[in-house]
Amino acid sequence: MKCKKLVDVGRRQFLRGGALAAAGAAAATVTPGQAKAAPAMAQVDYPSNRLANIADLKVNEPMDIEYPDADSPGVLLKLGQEVEGGVGPDGDIVAFSVLCPHKGYGLSYNGEDRTLNCPGHFSRFDVEAGGQQVWGHATQNLPQFTLRVDDKGDIYAEGCTDLIFGRPSNVL
Amino acid sequence: MAYKRQIDRLPIPPKDAKVHNVTCHYCIVGCGYKAYTWPRTKQGTLKDNAFGIDLSEQQGADGTWVAPSMYNVVKQDGEDVHLVVVPDKDCVVNSGLTSIRGARMAENRPSQVTGTQQQRLTDPMVWRNGTWQPTSWEDALDLVARVTARVITQGSEDDLVVSMFDHGGSAGGYENTWGTGKLYFQSMKVKNARIHNRPAYNSEVHSTRDMGVGELNYAYKDYEITDTIFMVGANSMETQTNLFLNHMRKGLENGARMVIVDPRRTLTVHTAEEIAGKENVLHLAIKPGSDMALFNAILTHIVDQGWTDKDFIEASTYRDGEAVAMDSAHPAGLGSLEYAMETCRTSPEEAAEICGVDAADIIKAAEWIAKPKEDGSRRKCVTCYEKGIIWGNDNYRTVGALVNVALATGNIGREGGGCCRLGGHQEGYYRPSDAHVGRPATYIDQLLIRGGGKVHHVWACDHYKTTLNAAEFKRVHRRRANIVKDAMDASATGTREQQVEAIVAAVNAGGLFVVDMDIIHSQIGQNAHVILPAAESNEMNLTSMNGERRLRLSEKYMDPPGQAMPDCLIAAGIARHMERVLREMGHDEYADKFKGYDWKTEEDAFMDGYHQGNPDVTYDRLRAMGNNGVQEPVVGYEGGKLVGTERLYADGKFDRHGREDKKALFCAAGWRGWQAPGKAQEQKSFRFWINNVRANIFWQNQFLDQENDFIQDRFPYPFVEMHPDDMAELSLNPGDLIEIHNENGATQGMAYPTDTAKRGQVAMVFGSPAGSQGNVVNPGVNELVLPDYKHTWGDIRKLADATPRAKAVSFKSKEYKG
Ligand code: SF4
Ligand code: FES
Repeated sequence: MKCKKLVDVGRRQFLRGGALAAAGAAAATVTPGQAKAAPAMAQVDYPSNRLANIADLKVNEPMDIEYPDADSPGVLLKLGQEVEGGVGPDGDIVAFSVLCPHKGYGLSYNGEDRTLNCPGHFSRFDVEAGGQQVWGHATQNLPQFTLRVDDKGDIYAEGCTDLIFGRPSNVL
Repeated sequence: MAYKRQIDRLPIPPKDAKVHNVTCHYCIVGCGYKAYTWPRTKQGTLKDNAFGIDLSEQQGADGTWVAPSMYNVVKQDGEDVHLVVVPDKDCVVNSGLTSIRGARMAENRPSQVTGTQQQRLTDPMVWRNGTWQPTSWEDALDLVARVTARVITQGSEDDLVVSMFDHGGSAGGYENTWGTGKLYFQSMKVKNARIHNRPAYNSEVHSTRDMGVGELNYAYKDYEITDTIFMVGANSMETQTNLFLNHMRKGLENGARMVIVDPRRTLTVHTAEEIAGKENVLHLAIKPGSDMALFNAILTHIVDQGWTDKDFIEASTYRDGEAVAMDSAHPAGLGSLEYAMETCRTSPEEAAEICGVDAADIIKAAEWIAKPKEDGSRRKCVTCYEKGIIWGNDNYRTVGALVNVALATGNIGREGGGCCRLGGHQEGYYRPSDAHVGRPATYIDQLLIRGGGKVHHVWACDHYKTTLNAAEFKRVHRRRANIVKDAMDASATGTREQQVEAIVAAVNAGGLFVVDMDIIHSQIGQNAHVILPAAESNEMNLTSMNGERRLRLSEKYMDPPGQAMPDCLIAAGIARHMERVLREMGHDEYADKFKGYDWKTEEDAFMDGYHQGNPDVTYDRLRAMGNNGVQEPVVGYEGGKLVGTERLYADGKFDRHGREDKKALFCAAGWRGWQAPGKAQEQKSFRFWINNVRANIFWQNQFLDQENDFIQDRFPYPFVEMHPDDMAELSLNPGDLIEIHNENGATQGMAYPTDTAKRGQVAMVFGSPAGSQGNVVNPGVNELVLPDYKHTWGDIRKLADATPRAKAVSFKSKEYKG
């Protein structure tokens, strides 16, 4: 990433989310007549991680993030104008994985034309068009993180639209 | 909003999943993949799986990963099984790389479970009661044989017109070209034939063959060890993706320079600059159609500077003036270098005038190609070319002029050399002689337009998308087919015999009986009376060779959809029915010609055809050679391995022309402006040059992607790249729907602003089912009936504002901006 900025991620929140799930499971095991393991859910359970506060973001300055866990780097962006899928009062905040869905090289942000570009084999993705691959070798658009903003302006990631490179499940 | 797959987890192949070798069938490069299949009810785990790696860890760059497009559920021996198709790291062609096409092999398989490729044909169909009705193979083939036999016995085999693919990969391959070849060129001697992408049965590169140089003569690794890559009329970053990324890129990283001849600044130019630095890439953005003058000037400079390879010329090329005179089959004379120079001699200044580039740059190109290095050693150069000149102006002489340069510099048959076409599909041609077709071959699409032919067998060709003068072709073909449809409707209640009578009467009255063999219901298939469903790669065993003649067996791992079967077995079915019907009609001698098709499998067809000519090669031996296969020609079998040929002509003997002396010939490529009729006039009359181009996203498999959400989301309509100022003058916004029109017809696309486009030149994607560029291409062809699709001029008008779908598309530059 061109712009390095430390993030208030969520390793802590992530662990807390995990701990809560574990507590739930533990509770289940003590319920009489429920000795069997709980069946796997049909859908992946995503952690809800606080990424930043709106006040931390400057227009067109990418912020490094990690989601759903520390091994999965991403970028949080405030674009300054409403985009489809954007959240926040201006509808302009988006977040994407920065592992190229071709072969997993790290994408870098070009603020001039607002694209994420891959030095691996020259694919590029449009952050203003939902991560659409402008040109490239990937067979999907860029995984976009589903965001929620609470009334304090805290931005949470709570899901992902596509499979992240290098894993069989978005939550490992 | 960009298309989201909304997939966040995929099944994991278990350790005991079956593994199959698959060669990507989409393009000439032929990348190696592994297909894993396993029962529906089984799965691997994060720690214990077919890949033998710990999937609970995030994989790093280049690590193993199954993208959702690499997964599907397909039928295998009647059972639903999981399928994963991933790139093979051990294949020397792609070294584990994928492209946006190959990595979608799994999702482009037909699946009733996931709903993919439901457009695939599943049953033979016959036109009945105003529509196509499913039927059995026996019923459909009986009708085909009865009508065909009746027509060719009443008239002649010239009344049967055949359009048939000649390629490998896809649904092609040695099995299938042999099946159709045996039927039409051995059992019959059909001369009114054409190939899938052009309106005649001919070579696209006659001149290089006549010069003795087969067009696929190198090894891909030559790009890695060369000094200069000389690319003409090609855009390999988009169209031979992993050849560019895995071989040309390595060459550039090893210090090679690159000369690229193309009127358009392609992504290959941009990417080569990114890799090698601008100073090592020379883009000659010549005027459309002027390539030959450029090559002649480069050759002249090389000769005048004394940079030719004199030993090679002396030993391996013809030295005695004219060897082949110009005639109707040879659009240029062929002979010695000195002989050719009499017509080729062009100064850099003359060429600069014709080509619209600086004379200094022409000299620079000659230096990069041939000037000996500081230490006096020779410079190695690999030359590659494709549709820019193949479908360009004066095909014969232009290709010949390029091969001249490679021959004069001794760059064929040597490491780091080669002079090759880059190719589209893989190759897979094995047929009886086509000499009876003649040269020049018949211009089939004009023959059909003029009312010639009575029965039309179409094998996976869609003239609608791949012919010139397409608007008129479609009108006439539809009208003639409708005469037969009407006759069939009118005799719907009759017996088969009465129906055949009605069809024959209709074709004798100007109608055309159309039989279409394909994997999908194509556009020309709309005119068909019988439709026969074919299988393709992955659903059948298929052998093909790639652009460096690498032969592989791509293994079958799934069932074809419904009743579909390999083309070779369909051809065999037609032959068996022809034999039966002809015998019934009392033509015993003719019927005997249709014997010899008792094939049960595609392997039987392979053994009957390719194996006869190449006795060392069998399925078992190829299977053992895996995804690296063997480079043709195969010269032996030793120690359990097939022995191949890394590059052709390493001994300096050239034989593609069949000459006893094995000497290569130079081409007397005299420049004469536009060769095909009508081009010069059209250029004067219209404002825009309509270049036709390819895009990596749907090159070679666009027909499969008509309903693919990921692809359609990116380009819902065929893009037309235009300079923003041209758009402004026409009041066009990005994504607006536009019409391109001229005297030949009209076609429709979507304006895509492109800073690097030249004013007055637009680039429209070719072969789109949604907007046929052929509609606006005039009927004029080069000598030997080579289409000049690349040269079309037209005017542009706005049809409509961008639709909501088009508005959601990104219109940013396709060039990497890291
Ligand atoms: S480059 Fe060609 S052969 Fe290789 S994966 Fe892509 S389409 Fe297939
Ligand atoms: S890893 Fe990004 S383009 Fe290949």
